[in-house]
Amino acid sequence: MKAVDLHKKLEENTGLLIFGILFVSSIGGLVQVLPSIFQESLSTPSENTRPYGALELVGRDIYIREACSVCHSQQVRPILAEVKRYGPYSRAGESVYDRPFLWGSKRTGPDLHRVGGKYSDIWHRLHLIDPRSVVNNSIMPAYPWLAERPANADDDIQLKMLVLRKLGHPYTDAEIEAAPIALEGLMEIDALIAYLQVLGASAPPGDKP
Amino acid sequence: MEYYRDRVVRFLVICSIVWAVLGMTVGVYVAAELLWPTIDFGQQWLSFGRLRTLHTNGIIFGFGVSALMGTAFYSVQRTSHVTLFAPRLAWFTAVAWQITVLAGGISLLAGWNAAKEYAELEWPFDILITIAWVSFAIVFFGTITRRKIKQIYVSNWFYGGLIIVIAMLHIVNSLAIPVTLSKSYSLFSGAPDAVVQWWYGHNAVGFLLTGGFLGMMYYFLPKHANRPIWSYRLSIVAFWAFTYSYIWAGPHHLHYSSIPEWVQSLAVAMSLILLAPSWATMINGIMTVSGASQKLRTDPALKFIVLSLAFYGLATFEGPMMAIKSVNVVSHYTDWTIGHVHSGALGWNAMITFGTFYFLVPRLVGAELYSVRLANIHFWLALAGTMLYILAMWGAGISQGLLWLGLDEIGELSFSFKDIMASMPPYYALRFVAGLIFLSGTILMAYNLIMTTKGRKTLQVRPPEATT
Repeated sequence: MKAVDLHKKLEENTGLLIFGILFVSSIGGLVQVLPSIFQESLSTPSENTRPYGALELVGRDIYIREACSVCHSQQVRPILAEVKRYGPYSRAGESVYDRPFLWGSKRTGPDLHRVGGKYSDIWHRLHLIDPRSVVNNSIMPAYPWLAERPANADDDIQLKMLVLRKLGHPYTDAEIEAAPIALEGLMEIDALIAYLQVLGASAPPGDKP
Repeated sequence: MEYYRDRVVRFLVICSIVWAVLGMTVGVYVAAELLWPTIDFGQQWLSFGRLRTLHTNGIIFGFGVSALMGTAFYSVQRTSHVTLFAPRLAWFTAVAWQITVLAGGISLLAGWNAAKEYAELEWPFDILITIAWVSFAIVFFGTITRRKIKQIYVSNWFYGGLIIVIAMLHIVNSLAIPVTLSKSYSLFSGAPDAVVQWWYGHNAVGFLLTGGFLGMMYYFLPKHANRPIWSYRLSIVAFWAFTYSYIWAGPHHLHYSSIPEWVQSLAVAMSLILLAPSWATMINGIMTVSGASQKLRTDPALKFIVLSLAFYGLATFEGPMMAIKSVNVVSHYTDWTIGHVHSGALGWNAMITFGTFYFLVPRLVGAELYSVRLANIHFWLALAGTMLYILAMWGAGISQGLLWLGLDEIGELSFSFKDIMASMPPYYALRFVAGLIFLSGTILMAYNLIMTTKGRKTLQVRPPEATT
């Protein structure tokens, strides 16, 4: 049978056409995506990588809420200029506790994967409330409301940690128990700063700048 | 005797136009925020991160998908010679989709965000999307199943591909465990999550913004040019090659990242291969219209469709080039990517939709287009806006890419990030103006089409008597 005749069969049968599209479009995913999901080395934490503490986790979820990843990447490429600018390049093992991953795709602002420890907490506070008070020509939005909202406003930190534990993040009962206390009296801005300051702490020890 | 179900088509076309104006207005606003960062006035919901997410979602899922659903319903009836299967379900699909995108858009402003690109809506909306999508599939394939024409026409393969593949991608990429109504944690984490997300993200572009709109092209271009598709065999080969190879290209969004090297290399190879079926379809479209050159001079609808094919050709050439690692090292993370997206979104998706609407809307109500002159002005505004936008982003992106990588003679960085950023305002201003020009054209179209349909009922059209 000629190929065109064979194709006639597909064109005249809805079920076959649906099956054909599903089959042909799944091959790439099965060969390329599936092995990545199950590749152990991609899901094994690096030496210094640990699950986020309660305050850092709240901060990370604020980072997600404000869509910071739209303008800031968290993935330093293994390129000389990039390593010079930001620090050690990013390893797969460093993001195993990142749900979802926040590598981003655009640097309207600089990469943040190694930003932890580069600036003081005070600098971050001033910068988040009014970016132009510390970086004169910055185009970053200001986030004044972060200083006005308590870090535990949603009262869901224990629930979050329980869900993450179900997904394999090794939180102990004691850590979950103590989580609300860790947020006591702190604001959202404190949580976000705690998160930013822990970014980069997972770089391989010999590789620290 | 039944009539074609065209009122639901009209509803979806109107929704699509409303989303176009809304989504592009938000786009222009976020472009302005990059010039004047204080115009969010300290309001959370006006903050760049939230508005930008609303812009992309409003355009893709509001403007784009509404147009695809409407044109799919219109063309599947006419290529099957039957009325829509389950017309109430078709209405349900249309209305449920609008509610989902509208409520979802509001949730984005409220800060509900799953942080996966083009899949930012949180889990309750993921479920609503799935329900609406399954009903879309039932109506579409149900109509095809009861067709009176023996062969399933090529536009329906592409619309079918859109429905099937997007369903697969959406369900897998959205897998998550809910914490609260507004928060969930992805089933995947880190590097594997990145691979899954860009398998989704790239192929949402592939099967929705490319394949879906090719379905539109394959019906409306031959119809409007009044010529059969140039090569039937080419359309077969291109369709299957496209469906097979697109899926592999996603990881080119993750070059030099910590995903496995072989996955990146494979993505480069498949991205380059993808150029062949992409251009085969473009050639097929252009050759189809080449016999209708007289009409091309006078008819704004056809001009839009043909120009959209040119931008389709540009974007599908640029994409594979940017997937080459040594180009990507410069282009990645820069505004070049934003320019690339817009040469596709403005030049291809929006323009083919405009051309289709100028053709379709007068036919839906049985009237002439209110003003051909306004449509011609719109054509030039759209072309100028798109060109300026792309130029601005090439300028911005290539500068950023090269300056970031610049090292001086002793191996130190030549420029600080801050200084490079400080050189951006001229480009960003040009982009803002380009967006305004494009938006003003879209508003002209909205006015033109409102005047065309005002006070007119949807025409009742019967399917032709049984043929083989």
